[in-house]
Amino acid sequence: MSTLLLNIPVTQYMFYFLSFVAFLCAIMVVASKNPIHSILYLIITFFAIAGHYLLLNAQFLAVVHIIVYAGAIMVLFLYVIMMMNLNEDTESHKHIYLKFAAVGSALLLLITLVAALKGAEKLTAAAPLNTNVGLIKNLGTTLFGEYLFPFEVSSILLLAAMVGAIMIGKKDIK
Amino acid sequence: MLVIWSFIIYKAIMCVAVFAVSLAIAAYSTWWERKFAGWLQDRYGPKRAGPFGLFQPLADGGKLFFKEEIIPNVSNKFLFILGPSLVMITALMTGAVIPWGRPLHLNNGDIFALQITDLNIGFLYLLGVVSVGVYGIMIGGWASNNKYALLGAIRASSQMISYEVAMGLAVIALVISSGGSLSLTDIYESQGDGGLANVCWQPLGFIIFFVCALAETNRAPFDLPECEAELVGGYHTEYSSMKLGLFLFAEYINMFISSAIMAGVYFGGYNMPEWFENLYRSHVSLDTFAIIGMACYVTKIFIFISVFMWIRWTIPRFRYDQLMNLGWKILIPLSLLNLALTVGVEFLRGNITI
Repeated sequence: MSTLLLNIPVTQYMFYFLSFVAFLCAIMVVASKNPIHSILYLIITFFAIAGHYLLLNAQFLAVVHIIVYAGAIMVLFLYVIMMMNLNEDTESHKHIYLKFAAVGSALLLLITLVAALKGAEKLTAAAPLNTNVGLIKNLGTTLFGEYLFPFEVSSILLLAAMVGAIMIGKKDIK
Repeated sequence: MLVIWSFIIYKAIMCVAVFAVSLAIAAYSTWWERKFAGWLQDRYGPKRAGPFGLFQPLADGGKLFFKEEIIPNVSNKFLFILGPSLVMITALMTGAVIPWGRPLHLNNGDIFALQITDLNIGFLYLLGVVSVGVYGIMIGGWASNNKYALLGAIRASSQMISYEVAMGLAVIALVISSGGSLSLTDIYESQGDGGLANVCWQPLGFIIFFVCALAETNRAPFDLPECEAELVGGYHTEYSSMKLGLFLFAEYINMFISSAIMAGVYFGGYNMPEWFENLYRSHVSLDTFAIIGMACYVTKIFIFISVFMWIRWTIPRFRYDQLMNLGWKILIPLSLLNLALTVGVEFLRGNITI
Protein backbone atom coordinates (compact mmCIF):
# COMPACT_ATOMS: atom_id res chain seq x y z
CA MET A 1 0.00 0.00 0.00
CA SER A 2 2.70 2.45 1.01
CA THR A 3 4.76 1.74 -2.10
CA LEU A 4 1.64 2.21 -4.21
CA LEU A 5 1.03 5.60 -2.62
CA LEU A 6 4.63 6.63 -3.11
CA ASN A 7 4.50 5.82 -6.79
CA ILE A 8 1.86 8.44 -7.42
CA PRO A 9 3.48 11.80 -8.20
CA VAL A 10 2.82 14.74 -5.88
CA THR A 11 1.01 16.61 -8.63
CA GLN A 12 -1.61 13.90 -8.67
CA TYR A 13 -2.31 14.35 -4.97
CA MET A 14 -2.54 18.07 -5.64
CA PHE A 15 -4.95 17.41 -8.48
CA TYR A 16 -7.27 15.31 -6.32
CA PHE A 17 -7.10 17.78 -3.45
CA LEU A 18 -7.85 20.79 -5.68
CA SER A 19 -10.65 18.95 -7.46
CA PHE A 20 -12.18 17.98 -4.13
CA VAL A 21 -12.03 21.60 -2.91
CA ALA A 22 -13.45 22.89 -6.19
CA PHE A 23 -16.36 20.42 -6.15
CA LEU A 24 -17.17 20.88 -2.49
CA CYS A 25 -17.16 24.67 -2.73
CA ALA A 26 -19.13 24.62 -5.98
CA ILE A 27 -21.82 22.57 -4.24
CA MET A 28 -21.73 24.94 -1.26
CA VAL A 29 -22.27 27.91 -3.61
CA VAL A 30 -25.67 26.46 -4.46
CA ALA A 31 -26.44 24.98 -1.06
CA SER A 32 -25.66 27.87 1.28
CA LYS A 33 -28.57 30.09 2.20
CA ASN A 34 -26.66 33.30 2.69
CA PRO A 35 -25.72 34.94 -0.65
CA ILE A 36 -22.51 36.39 0.81
CA HIS A 37 -21.40 32.89 1.79
CA SER A 38 -22.23 31.66 -1.72
CA ILE A 39 -19.93 34.29 -3.17
CA LEU A 40 -17.11 33.45 -0.79
CA TYR A 41 -17.41 29.75 -1.71
CA LEU A 42 -17.33 30.71 -5.38
CA ILE A 43 -14.11 32.62 -4.78
CA ILE A 44 -12.54 29.54 -3.18
CA THR A 45 -13.66 27.53 -6.23
CA PHE A 46 -11.88 30.03 -8.47
CA PHE A 47 -8.72 29.66 -6.42
CA ALA A 48 -8.89 25.87 -6.76
CA ILE A 49 -9.27 26.21 -10.53
CA ALA A 50 -6.30 28.59 -10.59
CA GLY A 51 -4.40 25.86 -8.77
CA HIS A 52 -5.29 23.46 -11.60
CA TYR A 53 -3.84 25.95 -14.09
CA LEU A 54 -0.65 26.05 -12.05
CA LEU A 55 -0.43 22.25 -12.17
CA LEU A 56 -0.57 22.53 -15.96
CA ASN A 57 2.31 25.05 -15.74
CA ALA A 58 0.05 27.79 -17.08
CA GLN A 59 1.15 30.47 -14.61
CA PHE A 60 -0.12 33.40 -16.64
CA LEU A 61 -3.58 31.91 -16.95
CA ALA A 62 -3.67 31.12 -13.23
CA VAL A 63 -2.76 34.66 -12.16
CA VAL A 64 -5.04 36.34 -14.69
CA HIS A 65 -7.84 34.04 -13.60
CA ILE A 66 -7.40 35.28 -10.04
CA ILE A 67 -7.00 38.95 -11.02
CA VAL A 68 -10.02 38.98 -13.31
CA TYR A 69 -12.47 36.63 -11.59
CA ALA A 70 -11.56 36.76 -7.91
CA GLY A 71 -10.12 40.27 -7.97
CA ALA A 72 -12.60 42.12 -10.14
CA ILE A 73 -15.79 40.28 -11.03
CA MET A 74 -16.48 38.69 -7.65
CA VAL A 75 -15.71 41.96 -5.88
CA LEU A 76 -18.47 43.58 -7.93
CA PHE A 77 -20.83 40.69 -7.10
CA LEU A 78 -20.04 41.06 -3.42
CA TYR A 79 -20.50 44.81 -3.75
CA VAL A 80 -23.95 44.52 -5.28
CA ILE A 81 -25.13 41.91 -2.77
CA MET A 82 -23.88 43.97 0.16
CA MET A 83 -25.69 47.02 -1.17
CA MET A 84 -28.95 45.08 -1.61
CA ASN A 85 -28.51 43.60 1.88
CA LEU A 86 -29.93 40.21 0.91
CA ASN A 87 -30.30 37.56 3.57
CA GLU A 88 -32.27 34.42 4.28
CA ASP A 89 -35.47 36.20 5.31
CA THR A 90 -35.81 38.35 2.22
CA GLU A 91 -35.25 35.54 -0.26
CA SER A 92 -38.38 35.31 -2.39
CA HIS A 93 -40.13 31.97 -2.50
CA LYS A 94 -39.79 30.28 -5.87
CA HIS A 95 -42.63 28.31 -7.42
CA ILE A 96 -42.22 24.53 -7.38
CA TYR A 97 -42.44 24.32 -11.22
CA LEU A 98 -39.53 26.75 -11.45
CA LYS A 99 -37.45 24.53 -9.23
CA PHE A 100 -38.23 21.47 -11.35
CA ALA A 101 -37.39 23.40 -14.51
CA ALA A 102 -34.04 24.46 -13.01
CA VAL A 103 -33.16 20.88 -12.04
CA GLY A 104 -34.21 19.62 -15.47
CA SER A 105 -32.14 22.14 -17.38
CA ALA A 106 -29.12 21.47 -15.16
CA LEU A 107 -29.46 17.74 -15.89
CA LEU A 108 -29.65 18.46 -19.62
CA LEU A 109 -26.45 20.50 -19.37
CA LEU A 110 -24.79 17.64 -17.48
CA ILE A 111 -25.83 15.15 -20.18
CA THR A 112 -24.47 17.44 -22.88
CA LEU A 113 -21.15 17.81 -21.09
CA VAL A 114 -20.80 14.08 -20.48
CA ALA A 115 -21.66 13.33 -24.11
CA ALA A 116 -19.16 15.92 -25.33
CA LEU A 117 -16.36 14.62 -23.14
CA LYS A 118 -17.11 10.93 -23.75
CA GLY A 119 -14.21 9.34 -25.56
CA ALA A 120 -11.84 12.16 -24.66
CA GLU A 121 -9.72 9.78 -22.58
CA LYS A 122 -8.83 7.89 -25.76
CA LEU A 123 -7.34 10.97 -27.37
CA THR A 124 -3.58 11.26 -27.45
CA ALA A 125 -1.69 14.51 -27.64
CA ALA A 126 -1.03 15.46 -31.25
CA ALA A 127 2.36 16.94 -30.41
CA PRO A 128 4.79 15.80 -27.71
CA LEU A 129 3.80 17.46 -24.43
CA ASN A 130 5.49 20.83 -24.15
CA THR A 131 5.55 21.98 -20.54
CA ASN A 132 6.44 25.54 -21.49
CA VAL A 133 3.34 26.10 -23.55
CA GLY A 134 1.57 28.03 -20.79
CA LEU A 135 4.38 30.49 -20.12
CA ILE A 136 3.54 34.08 -20.91
CA LYS A 137 5.99 34.46 -23.80
CA ASN A 138 4.69 31.45 -25.70
CA LEU A 139 1.10 32.37 -24.96
CA GLY A 140 1.64 35.91 -26.26
CA THR A 141 3.32 34.74 -29.44
CA THR A 142 0.51 32.31 -30.14
CA LEU A 143 -2.27 34.78 -29.36
CA PHE A 144 -0.84 37.62 -31.40
CA GLY A 145 0.44 35.45 -34.21
CA GLU A 146 -1.63 32.44 -35.08
CA TYR A 147 -4.87 33.53 -33.38
CA LEU A 148 -4.68 37.29 -33.96
CA PHE A 149 -8.02 37.57 -35.75
CA PRO A 150 -10.19 35.64 -33.23
CA PHE A 151 -8.42 37.49 -30.42
CA GLU A 152 -9.25 40.90 -31.87
CA VAL A 153 -12.81 39.87 -32.67
CA SER A 154 -13.40 38.72 -29.10
CA SER A 155 -11.96 41.99 -27.77
CA ILE A 156 -14.38 43.96 -29.97
CA LEU A 157 -17.20 41.78 -28.65
CA LEU A 158 -16.20 42.60 -25.08
CA LEU A 159 -16.02 46.32 -25.91
CA ALA A 160 -19.50 46.17 -27.43
CA ALA A 161 -20.81 44.41 -24.33
CA MET A 162 -19.23 47.09 -22.13
CA VAL A 163 -20.79 49.94 -24.13
CA GLY A 164 -24.12 48.11 -24.07
CA ALA A 165 -23.98 47.69 -20.29
CA ILE A 166 -23.33 51.40 -19.86
CA MET A 167 -26.21 52.28 -22.19
CA ILE A 168 -28.61 50.02 -20.27
CA GLY A 169 -27.38 51.40 -16.96
CA LYS A 170 -27.92 55.03 -17.99
CA LYS A 171 -31.13 56.51 -16.69
CA ASP A 172 -31.80 59.18 -19.30
CA ILE A 173 -30.35 58.74 -22.76
CA LYS A 174 -30.01 62.01 -24.61
CA MET B 1 18.67 14.98 -1.49
CA LEU B 2 21.07 17.25 0.41
CA VAL B 3 20.66 19.91 -2.26
CA ILE B 4 16.90 19.88 -1.80
CA TRP B 5 17.22 20.20 1.98
CA SER B 6 19.64 23.10 1.79
CA PHE B 7 17.29 24.75 -0.72
CA ILE B 8 14.36 24.34 1.66
CA ILE B 9 16.38 25.66 4.58
CA TYR B 10 17.60 28.70 2.62
CA LYS B 11 14.06 29.50 1.50
CA ALA B 12 12.72 29.04 5.03
CA ILE B 13 15.36 31.43 6.39
CA MET B 14 14.46 33.94 3.69
CA CYS B 15 10.72 33.64 4.39
CA VAL B 16 11.18 34.20 8.11
CA ALA B 17 13.56 37.09 7.44
CA VAL B 18 11.16 38.86 5.07
CA PHE B 19 8.29 38.26 7.50
CA ALA B 20 10.24 39.61 10.47
CA VAL B 21 11.66 42.58 8.58
CA SER B 22 8.22 43.52 7.21
CA LEU B 23 6.75 43.49 10.70
CA ALA B 24 9.68 45.35 12.25
CA ILE B 25 9.69 48.03 9.57
CA ALA B 26 5.92 48.39 9.84
CA ALA B 27 6.22 48.80 13.61
CA TYR B 28 8.95 51.41 13.33
CA SER B 29 7.08 53.16 10.51
CA THR B 30 4.43 54.04 13.07
CA TRP B 31 7.13 55.57 15.28
CA TRP B 32 8.68 57.42 12.35
CA GLU B 33 5.28 58.63 11.17
CA ARG B 34 4.61 60.23 14.54
CA LYS B 35 8.09 61.69 14.82
CA PHE B 36 7.81 63.02 11.28
CA ALA B 37 4.36 64.50 11.96
CA GLY B 38 5.75 66.07 15.09
CA TRP B 39 8.61 67.59 13.15
CA LEU B 40 6.28 68.96 10.44
CA GLN B 41 3.92 70.42 13.04
CA ASP B 42 6.70 71.82 15.22
CA ARG B 43 6.25 69.56 18.24
CA TYR B 44 8.16 66.65 19.74
CA GLY B 45 6.22 63.54 18.85
CA PRO B 46 6.64 60.44 21.05
CA LYS B 47 9.53 60.87 23.49
CA ARG B 48 8.58 59.16 26.76
CA ALA B 49 9.12 55.45 26.05
CA GLY B 50 12.85 54.90 25.76
CA PRO B 51 15.39 57.21 24.12
CA PHE B 52 13.69 59.34 21.43
CA GLY B 53 10.51 57.37 22.13
CA LEU B 54 12.01 54.35 20.40
CA PHE B 55 10.03 51.86 22.50
CA GLN B 56 6.75 53.52 21.54
CA PRO B 57 5.81 50.78 18.97
CA LEU B 58 6.36 48.12 21.66
CA ALA B 59 4.16 50.03 24.09
CA ASP B 60 1.47 50.48 21.43
CA GLY B 61 1.63 46.81 20.47
CA GLY B 62 1.38 45.75 24.10
CA LYS B 63 -1.58 48.04 24.62
CA LEU B 64 -3.38 46.62 21.58
CA PHE B 65 -2.79 43.05 22.71
CA PHE B 66 -4.10 43.62 26.23
CA LYS B 67 -7.16 45.67 25.35
CA GLU B 68 -10.55 44.04 25.62
CA GLU B 69 -11.57 42.28 22.46
CA ILE B 70 -15.15 42.93 21.44
CA ILE B 71 -16.98 40.88 18.84
CA PRO B 72 -20.41 42.42 18.26
CA ASN B 73 -23.10 39.80 18.87
CA VAL B 74 -25.04 40.86 15.77
CA SER B 75 -22.01 40.26 13.57
CA ASN B 76 -21.04 37.17 11.63
CA LYS B 77 -18.30 35.90 13.91
CA PHE B 78 -16.30 33.82 11.45
CA LEU B 79 -16.23 36.52 8.77
CA PHE B 80 -15.55 39.17 11.40
CA ILE B 81 -12.32 37.38 12.30
CA LEU B 82 -11.53 36.44 8.69
CA GLY B 83 -11.53 40.09 7.54
CA PRO B 84 -8.45 41.42 9.37
CA SER B 85 -6.67 38.07 8.90
CA LEU B 86 -7.07 38.29 5.11
CA VAL B 87 -5.86 41.89 5.07
CA MET B 88 -2.73 40.90 7.01
CA ILE B 89 -2.06 37.73 4.98
CA THR B 90 -2.25 39.51 1.63
CA ALA B 91 -0.09 42.36 2.93
CA LEU B 92 2.62 39.90 3.95
CA MET B 93 2.35 37.79 0.77
CA THR B 94 3.47 40.62 -1.48
CA GLY B 95 7.02 40.54 -0.11
CA ALA B 96 7.65 37.10 -1.61
CA VAL B 97 8.69 38.15 -5.10
CA ILE B 98 10.76 41.24 -4.31
CA PRO B 99 14.52 40.79 -4.79
CA TRP B 100 16.09 42.50 -1.78
CA GLY B 101 19.63 42.41 -3.12
CA ARG B 102 22.14 40.63 -5.31
CA PRO B 103 22.72 36.97 -4.36
CA LEU B 104 25.24 36.27 -1.59
CA HIS B 105 27.97 33.64 -2.01
CA LEU B 106 28.26 31.33 0.99
CA ASN B 107 31.45 29.67 2.29
CA ASN B 108 30.43 26.22 1.07
CA GLY B 109 30.01 27.48 -2.48
CA ASP B 110 26.23 27.82 -2.41
CA ILE B 111 24.45 30.89 -3.67
CA PHE B 112 21.99 32.50 -1.30
CA ALA B 113 19.41 34.46 -3.28
CA LEU B 114 17.99 37.42 -1.35
CA GLN B 115 14.55 36.77 -2.75
CA ILE B 116 11.99 34.18 -1.73
CA THR B 117 11.01 33.23 -5.25
CA ASP B 118 11.67 34.62 -8.71
CA LEU B 119 8.39 34.09 -10.53
CA ASN B 120 8.46 34.85 -14.22
CA ILE B 121 5.07 36.50 -13.71
CA GLY B 122 6.25 38.39 -10.63
CA PHE B 123 4.45 41.62 -11.34
CA LEU B 124 1.17 39.90 -12.14
CA TYR B 125 1.49 37.98 -8.87
CA LEU B 126 1.73 41.32 -7.06
CA LEU B 127 -1.35 42.69 -8.85
CA GLY B 128 -3.22 39.45 -8.08
CA VAL B 129 -2.41 39.56 -4.37
CA VAL B 130 -3.34 43.25 -4.19
CA SER B 131 -6.68 42.56 -5.87
CA VAL B 132 -7.46 39.80 -3.38
CA GLY B 133 -6.57 42.14 -0.51
CA VAL B 134 -9.82 44.04 -1.12
CA TYR B 135 -11.79 41.10 0.29
CA GLY B 136 -10.37 41.48 3.77
CA ILE B 137 -11.68 45.03 4.04
CA MET B 138 -15.02 44.20 2.38
CA ILE B 139 -15.68 41.12 4.50
CA GLY B 140 -14.58 42.87 7.68
CA GLY B 141 -16.77 45.89 6.95
CA TRP B 142 -19.79 43.81 6.05
CA ALA B 143 -19.48 41.33 8.92
CA SER B 144 -19.44 44.19 11.45
CA ASN B 145 -23.14 44.73 10.71
CA ASN B 146 -22.71 48.47 11.07
CA LYS B 147 -23.73 51.08 8.50
CA TYR B 148 -20.58 53.14 8.89
CA ALA B 149 -18.39 50.07 8.53
CA LEU B 150 -20.31 48.95 5.44
CA LEU B 151 -20.02 52.39 3.84
CA GLY B 152 -16.31 52.45 4.64
CA ALA B 153 -15.83 49.00 3.14
CA ILE B 154 -17.72 49.97 0.00
CA ARG B 155 -15.69 53.14 -0.38
CA ALA B 156 -12.45 51.21 0.13
CA SER B 157 -13.29 48.49 -2.36
CA SER B 158 -14.53 50.84 -5.09
CA GLN B 159 -11.46 53.01 -4.63
CA MET B 160 -9.07 50.06 -4.79
CA ILE B 161 -10.75 48.54 -7.86
CA SER B 162 -10.74 51.89 -9.68
CA TYR B 163 -7.09 52.59 -9.07
CA GLU B 164 -6.00 49.03 -9.86
CA VAL B 165 -6.91 49.66 -13.50
CA ALA B 166 -4.63 52.65 -13.91
CA MET B 167 -1.92 50.86 -11.93
CA GLY B 168 -2.08 47.84 -14.23
CA LEU B 169 -1.81 50.06 -17.31
CA ALA B 170 1.22 51.85 -15.82
CA VAL B 171 2.81 48.45 -15.14
CA ILE B 172 2.29 47.35 -18.76
CA ALA B 173 4.11 50.45 -20.01
CA LEU B 174 6.89 49.84 -17.50
CA VAL B 175 7.31 46.22 -18.58
CA ILE B 176 7.49 47.25 -22.25
CA SER B 177 10.20 49.82 -21.61
CA SER B 178 12.31 47.61 -19.32
CA GLY B 179 12.80 44.73 -21.72
CA GLY B 180 9.51 42.85 -21.77
CA SER B 181 9.89 40.65 -18.71
CA LEU B 182 7.40 40.47 -15.85
CA SER B 183 9.99 39.00 -13.50
CA LEU B 184 11.03 41.58 -10.90
CA THR B 185 14.65 40.37 -10.96
CA ASP B 186 14.82 41.03 -14.70
CA ILE B 187 13.31 44.49 -14.26
CA TYR B 188 15.84 45.34 -11.53
CA GLU B 189 18.76 43.94 -13.52
CA SER B 190 17.77 45.92 -16.64
CA GLN B 191 18.54 49.10 -14.69
CA GLY B 192 22.02 48.03 -13.63
CA ASP B 193 25.33 47.91 -15.48
CA GLY B 194 25.04 51.27 -17.18
CA GLY B 195 21.30 51.15 -17.78
CA LEU B 196 19.29 54.15 -16.68
CA ALA B 197 16.71 53.82 -13.91
CA ASN B 198 13.27 53.18 -15.35
CA VAL B 199 11.96 56.49 -14.03
CA CYS B 200 14.00 58.21 -16.78
CA TRP B 201 12.00 56.32 -19.41
CA GLN B 202 8.72 56.28 -17.52
CA PRO B 203 8.31 59.62 -15.70
CA LEU B 204 4.57 59.80 -16.36
CA GLY B 205 4.15 56.12 -15.58
CA PHE B 206 5.92 56.60 -12.27
CA ILE B 207 3.62 59.48 -11.25
CA ILE B 208 0.55 57.39 -12.15
CA PHE B 209 1.91 54.39 -10.25
CA PHE B 210 2.73 56.54 -7.24
CA VAL B 211 -0.76 58.07 -7.07
CA CYS B 212 -2.30 54.62 -7.46
CA ALA B 213 -0.07 53.22 -4.73
CA LEU B 214 -1.26 55.97 -2.39
CA ALA B 215 -4.86 55.07 -3.22
CA GLU B 216 -4.29 51.31 -2.93
CA THR B 217 -2.76 51.61 0.53
CA ASN B 218 -5.65 53.86 1.65
CA ARG B 219 -3.20 56.54 2.69
CA ALA B 220 -4.02 60.24 2.83
CA PRO B 221 -5.10 62.05 0.65
CA PHE B 222 -7.04 58.92 -0.35
CA ASP B 223 -8.02 57.78 3.14
CA LEU B 224 -11.75 58.18 2.52
CA PRO B 225 -12.53 54.61 3.70
CA GLU B 226 -11.69 55.62 7.27
CA CYS B 227 -12.73 59.24 6.99
CA GLU B 228 -13.45 59.95 10.65
CA ALA B 229 -15.38 63.15 10.00
CA GLU B 230 -17.96 61.34 7.88
CA LEU B 231 -17.79 57.67 8.78
CA VAL B 232 -16.74 57.48 12.46
CA GLY B 233 -13.92 55.04 11.74
CA GLY B 234 -14.77 53.53 8.39
CA TYR B 235 -14.50 49.80 7.85
CA HIS B 236 -12.84 49.18 11.20
CA THR B 237 -15.40 51.03 13.33
CA GLU B 238 -16.45 47.88 15.19
CA TYR B 239 -12.97 46.46 15.62
CA SER B 240 -11.00 46.67 18.81
CA SER B 241 -7.83 45.26 20.30
CA MET B 242 -5.36 43.45 18.04
CA LYS B 243 -7.89 42.97 15.21
CA LEU B 244 -7.91 46.74 14.81
CA GLY B 245 -4.14 46.53 15.18
CA LEU B 246 -3.95 44.10 12.24
CA PHE B 247 -5.87 46.53 10.01
CA LEU B 248 -3.63 49.45 10.97
CA PHE B 249 -0.49 47.34 10.80
CA ALA B 250 -1.36 45.97 7.35
CA GLU B 251 -1.57 49.55 6.09
CA TYR B 252 2.03 50.15 7.17
CA ILE B 253 3.20 46.85 5.67
CA ASN B 254 1.48 47.77 2.40
CA MET B 255 3.19 51.13 2.52
CA PHE B 256 6.56 49.47 3.05
CA ILE B 257 6.03 46.96 0.24
CA SER B 258 4.74 49.56 -2.23
CA SER B 259 7.73 51.77 -1.37
CA ALA B 260 9.97 48.77 -2.01
CA ILE B 261 8.30 48.12 -5.37
CA MET B 262 8.54 51.75 -6.50
CA ALA B 263 12.13 52.12 -5.31
CA GLY B 264 12.93 48.88 -7.11
CA VAL B 265 11.16 49.00 -10.44
CA TYR B 266 11.42 52.75 -11.05
CA PHE B 267 14.59 53.72 -9.16
CA GLY B 268 16.82 50.72 -9.70
CA GLY B 269 16.48 48.93 -6.35
CA TYR B 270 19.91 47.69 -5.28
CA ASN B 271 21.58 49.32 -8.30
CA MET B 272 23.47 52.60 -8.00
CA PRO B 273 24.59 54.99 -10.75
CA GLU B 274 27.38 53.30 -12.71
CA TRP B 275 30.07 55.95 -12.06
CA PHE B 276 29.43 55.59 -8.34
CA GLU B 277 29.57 51.79 -8.41
CA ASN B 278 32.81 51.89 -10.39
CA LEU B 279 34.49 53.92 -7.62
CA TYR B 280 34.55 51.00 -5.19
CA ARG B 281 33.45 47.92 -7.09
CA SER B 282 37.00 46.66 -7.77
CA HIS B 283 38.06 47.20 -4.14
CA VAL B 284 35.46 45.07 -2.40
CA SER B 285 34.41 41.43 -2.54
CA LEU B 286 31.21 40.36 -4.30
CA ASP B 287 29.41 39.88 -0.99
CA THR B 288 30.32 43.33 0.30
CA PHE B 289 29.17 44.72 -3.02
CA ALA B 290 25.83 42.92 -2.60
CA ILE B 291 25.44 44.24 0.95
CA ILE B 292 26.23 47.83 -0.12
CA GLY B 293 23.58 47.43 -2.83
CA MET B 294 21.10 46.23 -0.24
CA ALA B 295 21.87 49.21 2.01
CA CYS B 296 21.27 51.48 -0.97
CA TYR B 297 17.91 49.79 -1.61
CA VAL B 298 16.90 50.20 2.03
CA THR B 299 17.79 53.90 1.86
CA LYS B 300 15.61 54.34 -1.21
CA ILE B 301 12.72 52.53 0.49
CA PHE B 302 13.13 54.74 3.56
CA ILE B 303 12.97 57.88 1.40
CA PHE B 304 9.77 56.61 -0.23
CA ILE B 305 8.15 55.83 3.13
CA SER B 306 9.04 59.34 4.29
CA VAL B 307 7.46 60.81 1.13
CA PHE B 308 4.28 58.84 1.89
CA MET B 309 4.23 60.43 5.34
CA TRP B 310 5.13 63.87 4.04
CA ILE B 311 2.12 63.68 1.71
CA ARG B 312 -0.16 62.51 4.49
CA TRP B 313 0.65 65.49 6.70
CA THR B 314 0.58 68.03 3.85
CA ILE B 315 -2.34 67.36 1.50
CA PRO B 316 -5.97 67.46 2.67
CA ARG B 317 -8.34 64.59 1.95
CA PHE B 318 -10.19 64.34 -1.37
CA ARG B 319 -13.95 64.47 -1.70
CA TYR B 320 -15.45 61.20 -2.94
CA ASP B 321 -16.47 62.45 -6.40
CA GLN B 322 -13.05 64.07 -6.84
CA LEU B 323 -11.46 60.72 -6.04
CA MET B 324 -13.52 58.90 -8.66
CA ASN B 325 -12.98 61.65 -11.26
CA LEU B 326 -9.23 61.51 -10.70
CA GLY B 327 -9.19 57.74 -11.04
CA TRP B 328 -11.42 57.21 -14.04
CA LYS B 329 -11.28 60.48 -16.00
CA ILE B 330 -7.67 61.55 -15.47
CA LEU B 331 -5.43 58.64 -14.47
CA ILE B 332 -6.81 56.00 -16.86
CA PRO B 333 -6.66 58.22 -20.01
CA LEU B 334 -3.21 59.41 -18.89
CA SER B 335 -1.96 55.87 -18.44
CA LEU B 336 -3.35 54.88 -21.86
CA LEU B 337 -1.51 57.88 -23.35
CA ASN B 338 1.60 56.80 -21.48
CA LEU B 339 1.25 53.30 -22.90
CA ALA B 340 0.96 54.65 -26.47
CA LEU B 341 3.95 56.98 -25.95
CA THR B 342 6.02 54.15 -24.50
CA VAL B 343 5.34 51.90 -27.46
CA GLY B 344 6.26 54.78 -29.81
CA VAL B 345 9.51 55.56 -27.98
CA GLU B 346 10.51 51.90 -27.79
CA PHE B 347 9.82 51.52 -31.50
CA LEU B 348 12.11 54.47 -32.25
CA ARG B 349 14.78 53.01 -29.94
CA GLY B 350 14.55 49.79 -31.92
CA ASN B 351 13.48 47.58 -29.03
CA ILE B 352 10.18 46.67 -30.68
CA THR B 353 9.94 45.38 -34.21
CA ILE B 354 6.83 44.70 -36.22
